[in-house]
Amino acid sequence: MRPAGGIFKGAHAAAVECSLRRIRISPAPLPFHPQYLAAVKACLPVLPGVLAFAAISGVAMVAAGMPHYLAMAMSVLVYAGSSQLAALQLITSGTPLAIAILAGLVINLRFSIYSLSIAPHLAAAGPRWKPLLSYLLSDNGYAMSLRGYEHPLDPQGKVWYYFGCCSAIWVAWQIGTLTGILLGTRIPAGWHLEFSIVLTFLGIVAPTIRDRAVAAAACAAGITAVLAWSLPLRLGLLIAVAAGIAAGMLAENLREEPR
Amino acid sequence: MTGFWLLILGLALTSFIPRASFILLFARWPAPAPVRRALRYVPAAVFSAILVPELVLSAGSVHVGLDNPRLLAGILAGAVAWRTRNTLLTIVAGMLALHLFSALLK
Repeated sequence: MRPAGGIFKGAHAAAVECSLRRIRISPAPLPFHPQYLAAVKACLPVLPGVLAFAAISGVAMVAAGMPHYLAMAMSVLVYAGSSQLAALQLITSGTPLAIAILAGLVINLRFSIYSLSIAPHLAAAGPRWKPLLSYLLSDNGYAMSLRGYEHPLDPQGKVWYYFGCCSAIWVAWQIGTLTGILLGTRIPAGWHLEFSIVLTFLGIVAPTIRDRAVAAAACAAGITAVLAWSLPLRLGLLIAVAAGIAAGMLAENLREEPR
Repeated sequence: MTGFWLLILGLALTSFIPRASFILLFARWPAPAPVRRALRYVPAAVFSAILVPELVLSAGSVHVGLDNPRLLAGILAGAVAWRTRNTLLTIVAGMLALHLFSALLK
């Protein structure tokens, strides 16, 4: 049995050294780090949105003619809802496979930005865990982890916090997908379940807009995304993100300059 | 059927590689200061770029006005999110507002 800290480089050695020096009374032998549980708890409010989005993607996969087991395999292996939905939509409208996969890649490029942003916080994770931590990276997991890092955490606590957020969201996603697959097309369109995805993103982004530079980034990205919507392969999304970042940095520079 | 498997494998790779890019593959590469500064604006930019078109576009054309229930519900939900920082409350308020505005505008 691995010790609770086995996820970390040298944590086992440190624990052995520690127990040689003195008898450890606390912390209680939890199966998970306390930050794991704190993260799961912090993520509970976003799980309904994740469930709904997953259910929609499950419904969409079945509607595109996928057998149930393949749809579930896709959900586990790909685990990227918006690229799954976009690629399936393209495939069913007769787009070549390679173009559909390329469109998926473009939509997934935002993960590399999250990866760059979150990597310093995961420095304490052992090399064996990094493929798993990478695989679990998601929009909500990234956003919720960053929100958690607003409070000071030690390096190990940060890894566990990320793992807690991302695994809770993964479980919710798979349950939601399975539900969507089993329900198939029986969910009435009149419920507008797809709108809850937008609301989930709103719930994540609106509270982060606390200064002018971030507000400028959000406005510029939103306006550009609308103007560039008709570009192929959802390239408009990437252009909008670039415009948003540029606007944010510009607003920050304007503030710094003396007038 | 083979097509679906190829799609799954293709998408599995193209979703894993960007995720692993900096956590796993370039972990030793120190991000320069401008990159780290730019990262501050990434979440706001990405989510805004995903959600704003969902609120104002329908079938590819812009609908900004009091006759667009998605936009009205979005503004209300955004205000709830900004004030309360509560995602679940945001979703509940937004869904109720969408159905209310849709019914009123019918």
